[in-house]
Amino acid sequence: MAEPFREPPMWFHAPPRPTRVPMPPAEASRPAVDLVVDGKAVSVPAGATLLDACAKLGLDIPTICQHPNMTPVNVCRVCVVELEGARTLVPSCSRVAESGMKVSTNSDRVRASRRMVLELLASSVDLSTAPDIQRRCAEYGARPERHGSPEPASPEGERDQRVPGHHHLPEPGIARRVAQPVKIDNDLYVRDYSKCVLCYKCVQACGDEAQNTFAISVAGRGFDARISTENAVPLTDSACVYCGNCIGVCPTGALMFKSEHDMRQAGTWDESAQKQTDTICGYCGVGCTLTLHVQDNTIVKVTSPADREITHGNLCIKGRFGYQSVQNKA
Amino acid sequence: MDIVVRGPEPTDSERLAVDAVLGPPVSAWAGGVRDLGREGRISLLGGSEARSQRHLLLPALHAVQDRFGWLPPGALAHISRRLTIPPAEVHGVASFYQLFQLKPGARSQVHVCEDIACRHRGGLALERELRERHPGSEAVDIHGSPCLGVCEQAPAALVLRHGEKPGGGAIGGATARAVESAIESGSYPDAGLDWLKWAVPQSLHPEADLALLARVGRCDPASLEDYRRSGGYLGLAKALALGSEATIAEVVASGIVGRGGAAFPTGRKWDAVAKAADPERLVVCNADESEPGTFKDRVVMEGDPFALVEGMTIAGLAVGARKGYLYIRGEYPLAVRRMEGAIKAARAAGLLGDAISGSGVSFDIEIRRGAGAYICGEETALFNSIEGQRGEPRSKPPFPVQNGLFGKPTVINNVETLVNIPLVMREGGAAIAAMGTTGSKGRKLFCVSGNVARPGVYEFPFGITLAELIGKAGGVPDGRPVQAVLLGGAAGAFVGPAQLQVPLTFEGTRAIGATLGSGVVMVFDDTVDLGDTLQRIAAFFRDESCGQCVPCRVGTSRQEELVGRIRAGKPLGSLAEESALLDDLAQVMRDASICGLGHTASSALQSAVRLWGPGILNGAKLVDNHG
Repeated sequence: MAEPFREPPMWFHAPPRPTRVPMPPAEASRPAVDLVVDGKAVSVPAGATLLDACAKLGLDIPTICQHPNMTPVNVCRVCVVELEGARTLVPSCSRVAESGMKVSTNSDRVRASRRMVLELLASSVDLSTAPDIQRRCAEYGARPERHGSPEPASPEGERDQRVPGHHHLPEPGIARRVAQPVKIDNDLYVRDYSKCVLCYKCVQACGDEAQNTFAISVAGRGFDARISTENAVPLTDSACVYCGNCIGVCPTGALMFKSEHDMRQAGTWDESAQKQTDTICGYCGVGCTLTLHVQDNTIVKVTSPADREITHGNLCIKGRFGYQSVQNKA
Repeated sequence: MDIVVRGPEPTDSERLAVDAVLGPPVSAWAGGVRDLGREGRISLLGGSEARSQRHLLLPALHAVQDRFGWLPPGALAHISRRLTIPPAEVHGVASFYQLFQLKPGARSQVHVCEDIACRHRGGLALERELRERHPGSEAVDIHGSPCLGVCEQAPAALVLRHGEKPGGGAIGGATARAVESAIESGSYPDAGLDWLKWAVPQSLHPEADLALLARVGRCDPASLEDYRRSGGYLGLAKALALGSEATIAEVVASGIVGRGGAAFPTGRKWDAVAKAADPERLVVCNADESEPGTFKDRVVMEGDPFALVEGMTIAGLAVGARKGYLYIRGEYPLAVRRMEGAIKAARAAGLLGDAISGSGVSFDIEIRRGAGAYICGEETALFNSIEGQRGEPRSKPPFPVQNGLFGKPTVINNVETLVNIPLVMREGGAAIAAMGTTGSKGRKLFCVSGNVARPGVYEFPFGITLAELIGKAGGVPDGRPVQAVLLGGAAGAFVGPAQLQVPLTFEGTRAIGATLGSGVVMVFDDTVDLGDTLQRIAAFFRDESCGQCVPCRVGTSRQEELVGRIRAGKPLGSLAEESALLDDLAQVMRDASICGLGHTASSALQSAVRLWGPGILNGAKLVDNHG
């Protein structure tokens, strides 16, 4: 005879039904830190950077390697400010504000350093697709031509082979540059390292700050330091998953959609004629915001806003590159 | 971490070379052979273990380089799997160091010093001659090298041989013949006591007042017995009796400051770490001595290795650290062997390891070899190097005493600082503080090189003047006049003949706008083309910048180009404009670089231009502004 049905043993208690939408725990309130920036008192929560304090006062501090969603690497040194009592200038993007600090953001010393940093970059890197940096160069009066005439581009792959500790002095009057042929080894995006300011953003995005793919790293040393895959193999032989998140964070256009690169080469790229439309990616259920850049009724590239909590500006290969299906007109 | 490794499979010998350092792999996940029975279908064996061993990356790369003479892609792929480090990052680290080669090389690698002390004393000619004698050789590769730290015997060369029994050694007073015979015989002139006696001229004079160098060239560096007989380990005994707080109090009372160049009070550093909240603390000895013209740390490690072991041990028990790392530059194979021997002997005698000398205190030392990068002498770059990252300096704050190696509170001291410690303990802090001047306490090692009769490491209580020191080193040979003296190395400053009366103290050198730095005193007589020296200094910083920050990465390059075009007689615009540009470069590097390399990359050049005008770059006749 079959056992009669019994209630399950009471080790299991179903959780009560939620009465409200679960929210992340409230952030513990942080004590305030009071400091003085350019003679004005400002109060920021503990842990905020000097750049945050400047932003609160509405000060316009130039930045290149700083990105709102990433750990500061403070390598470009264009955001330096003068901190009373410090021997050298300090990078505002990473220096944590402390009570009692006295900071000047626009002293002669600060302006001189910023001008030189911009001058050094402009003399060694192609900034033609970095209008923000160009504007800063003009603002600070950078004169890159003081350092000599630009070195011709190095042959393909030559910079990738350079070894630390050995170099040649160029002809007198020639200023070394990172100029080299564009790397085009796949159909989705190109790497034009002539435009690379070595801000480390792509390495962070490919690594543990976004994608966790680790296909690229900084290699070499000194002026020959470069972004590279292992042994400089093409992307197609590397760990790259073509999410394009490195393009999303590149401040100079060194990493660029192939579509954009081709149109620029053909002279048809026209940002003023482009319309940006936000939509939601339909490939899966995550709900990433896509910003479609449309020119002549054709999608020319796809980005995602850095301030959306779902993507933080990051996408996957489908959202970023899988848009041809919507414009097959045949 | 899910990493993609696409490199070629390692050969058996490549696998063996790596596994010799890392031990056998636990599972297929960590680079071993797959064993379904043991691992199951989803292996979880060895993953987190592998990830926690990134600090073994540098030792693993060394093992491969020593075995094959280069880093074959298969071996690198195996290292990636074994340590779960993405291949791109392994490449990034390997390509950072000068002594790692990514292309196959010859059986013997000869590095000929072409830096400022050696180049005027036959270094450049030797390099040229070796290249002519061995063109495209399969047996020998010739490399020009930055300072090898054998400046007392300029010109210097370093021979490194790979194979199943790798070896290497330095050659002083090198000739092509001497280099070739070392390659053929596999034995090097640095083996005996004569080598050390040459390095420490005072060791030949029994009446010389030596404490730090007392044993160098006189005692057998391999003998713990000799060390103990000559007063060794009395300092540790006293420190064990006193305990942590009183030991630190002695060091504070001695007034000893860091001897690596930055001159930070040692006692204060120790005190900060001893009071850190984190109970896990570390001691690191910075033996990455690469400042051109500096060789004192090498001589101390080669000639008196137990003193450094004792100094580190005292530091460890004073701050409550159980572990110490000794980071020795890759160009010092003999120092590595001597230190390995000393650490082994100390362990066997119960002076390292658990329960030192029967006390309840444990401390042990691990050696790490650098691989040819000046920047790794910067303390935070050194931490990154040990941790298996690229040797790029970190941003300060936080400082090492709060957040150092592996994120732990860390005491990092130079070799010379640490060998002072047994002395401080033995003689008492007050006795050391009574020696020297008001601003500089105790004894100092000076690396005297260049145009003097007897170059070498000299030890004097602080207070000796530059002229006296040059006199002690036998003066300038052939009665030639001093043209200039470089104090503090490539990151230091030049002084002219009018400033020879400067006392070699921290405050004395500061008063004339120079620096004592690491104790370099390099003398140039009137035959030396100082413009060439300045060009080399500019090239040195161009080579050694890590490339992380813009002011230093591009600035050192622009500085070198500028010096080059003035020397070629082709300035852009007037000399005054070029001089202003040099000043601008100096200012941005000093003000906006991340670390000390950038801050000081212009200081020697600036000092020369200040003294003699920009014409000095062009070899113009010197007019001493101060005389």
